[in-house]
Amino acid sequence: MKKKILAAFMAAAMVAGMSAINVAAEEEGGDVITVGFSQVGAESDWRTANTESMQTTFSEENGYELIFSDAQQKQENQLTAVRNFIQQEVDYILLAPVTETGWDTVLQEAKDAEIPVIIVDRMVDVSDDSLYTTWIGTDSLLEGRKAAEWLNAYATAKEIAPEDLHIVDIQGTIGSTAQIGRTQGLEEGVEKYGWDLLEQQSGEFTQAKGQEVMESMLKKYDNINVVYCENDNEAFGAIDAIEAAGKTVGTDIAAGEILVISFDTTNAGLTNVLEGKIACDVECNPLHGPRAEALIQALEAGEEVEKLNYVDEEIFAFDDTVASVTAVNSLDEEGEYAVTPITQEIIDGRAY
Amino acid sequence: MSKLKKITGARLFLPIVCLIAVLLINVIKTPDFFNVSIQNGVLYGYIIDVINRASELVILAVGMTLVTAASGGQDISVGAVMAVAAAVCCQILSGGEVSVTEYQNSLIIAVIAALLAAALCGAFNGFLVAKLKIQPMVATLILYTAGRGIAQLVTNGQITYIRVDSYQMAGGYIGSIPVPTPVFFAIITVVIVSLILKKTALGLYIESVGINGKAARLVGLNSTLIKFLTYVICGILAGIAGIVASSRIYSADANNIGLNLEMDAILAVALGGNFLGGGKFSLLGSVIGAYTIQALTTTLYAMNVKADQLPVYKAIVVIVIVTLQSETFKKFIAGLKSKKASGTPAAEGGQK
Repeated sequence: MKKKILAAFMAAAMVAGMSAINVAAEEEGGDVITVGFSQVGAESDWRTANTESMQTTFSEENGYELIFSDAQQKQENQLTAVRNFIQQEVDYILLAPVTETGWDTVLQEAKDAEIPVIIVDRMVDVSDDSLYTTWIGTDSLLEGRKAAEWLNAYATAKEIAPEDLHIVDIQGTIGSTAQIGRTQGLEEGVEKYGWDLLEQQSGEFTQAKGQEVMESMLKKYDNINVVYCENDNEAFGAIDAIEAAGKTVGTDIAAGEILVISFDTTNAGLTNVLEGKIACDVECNPLHGPRAEALIQALEAGEEVEKLNYVDEEIFAFDDTVASVTAVNSLDEEGEYAVTPITQEIIDGRAY
Repeated sequence: MSKLKKITGARLFLPIVCLIAVLLINVIKTPDFFNVSIQNGVLYGYIIDVINRASELVILAVGMTLVTAASGGQDISVGAVMAVAAAVCCQILSGGEVSVTEYQNSLIIAVIAALLAAALCGAFNGFLVAKLKIQPMVATLILYTAGRGIAQLVTNGQITYIRVDSYQMAGGYIGSIPVPTPVFFAIITVVIVSLILKKTALGLYIESVGINGKAARLVGLNSTLIKFLTYVICGILAGIAGIVASSRIYSADANNIGLNLEMDAILAVALGGNFLGGGKFSLLGSVIGAYTIQALTTTLYAMNVKADQLPVYKAIVVIVIVTLQSETFKKFIAGLKSKKASGTPAAEGGQK
């Protein structure tokens, strides 16, 4: 009996789910551009900001119809979502893939249906590049290089010899795109300028692990003066560990303060920059909406678009010692990037 | 000889030997591992880190031991239940905001609600296992997967920050007491639970139900109720661990609080020389097991093992420890010994 009731309930839920999709499909029409967006999930603040950016950009007022699908971290949900988009004959598909591999078949189906696919954030690994139209995302290697260049410029301005910079690197989850790029950025700096890199250890992008790893490092070395955290959460943990050990975080290395460099520029992270606890925070911009819209408009106008598109990312620092840094991005283009001294207005004015 | 046999034959002999073995590695590899000093008014040193960081695991291991003993299975949802408790506690304290600098609701109400939520999770598991007689691992798999989702729902998918000094006490320090507070939580939990087990007949009941549920029922024990109770206790203990973990990072990180801790808790029970099939149990053994696991992690950090290689070393050590404790291995060793003792004639006799 129990099983029957459960089965009936499940069936009802399925019917309800299917009719919801039908409603969405029927609403198409006119000169509204329909965009299907398959998002990874809602695992972090960054992801939530990414979703919100898409939702506000592709709003009805702007002349779009956005069909949003949350995959809850599962690729099979994304495959279903993309096939649904194809059946509903959307004009464009935005795909934020959860993993890199396994997309060939479904992307071929989209290509056969002549629907342009824009990959967002993480990359897809497919045998044929023409299976997707273009990619938008962040350049974590550039982020790492920016941070390294900032550190060099800062040390030079404060007249600190490169060999006197004793750095520990709290890495992200090993193998993630962000970790690989940001670690490489630092390692290139170490190679180039001759810094003293004491140790690299993963904090798995979490506050608790960042704290635990920093605690251990502080006991091992008593000369640490730079902590390179590969995201803000790790930086929060590292700062707590440093303060618990009776040391201070700040920007005055000569006076024995420990300088913290971080990434992501979350709201809480920038607040720490304002307090001087994080010296430099490099942005990892989740606001992909405007860039995606620009690409769609270009495609609508029949223009050719670049295969790889990096969103603009800023650098925020506690003070104005360094005005700008020069760094090379993943496309081997050298650029000059301004460093913004943080203020409360900037924090209040940001979307995430 | 008989004295030696008495010592080596004791239940807790092997768990203690394992812990000492792990610590001995440090004497050779990291001589300053045992240095304890007072820094910034608090105790400071690797060994303090081990005792401090193991606290949540100790609390979980206590609950896991009871569940294992009574039902002959494990509760794999404890990590997720930790996240649920942390989410409920922080969400009530923040009154729905993402980050607050003062309590919006009373701390006592928040803690009670969090523990109630954890107890409810435990009761749900207990109902499935004790009443519906579902395999413990299958029954708790439900909350293992759904628990973090529930926690996410509670926190609206955000990390909720409680930036209040008194909230950080449970994971930090109270006033000028130099010992980290989590240590007290662990000690108090162990003392209370062992007192309950000793002073009432509950411990005996749990063992009898675990050894033979039917026989226990025939002598008048309500085995369903006892199994149910162990799951509720396990849930509440996971709730306490969750609050401590969230206090450490003054936030509710639904994705990461207690992540993979259920496996460590089960391992602690196994390392403690407890039979995972239920029956007789040793609370102290599990506690020693929990400290062994944390000692291992901290040791590997201190020895600068790369993050991506860490699980491999952990696995090797675990394999060795578990093999040493297995009955078959013990018999094999005993067999070798008796062969040696009986001398050559027996060997020539070819009795195999």
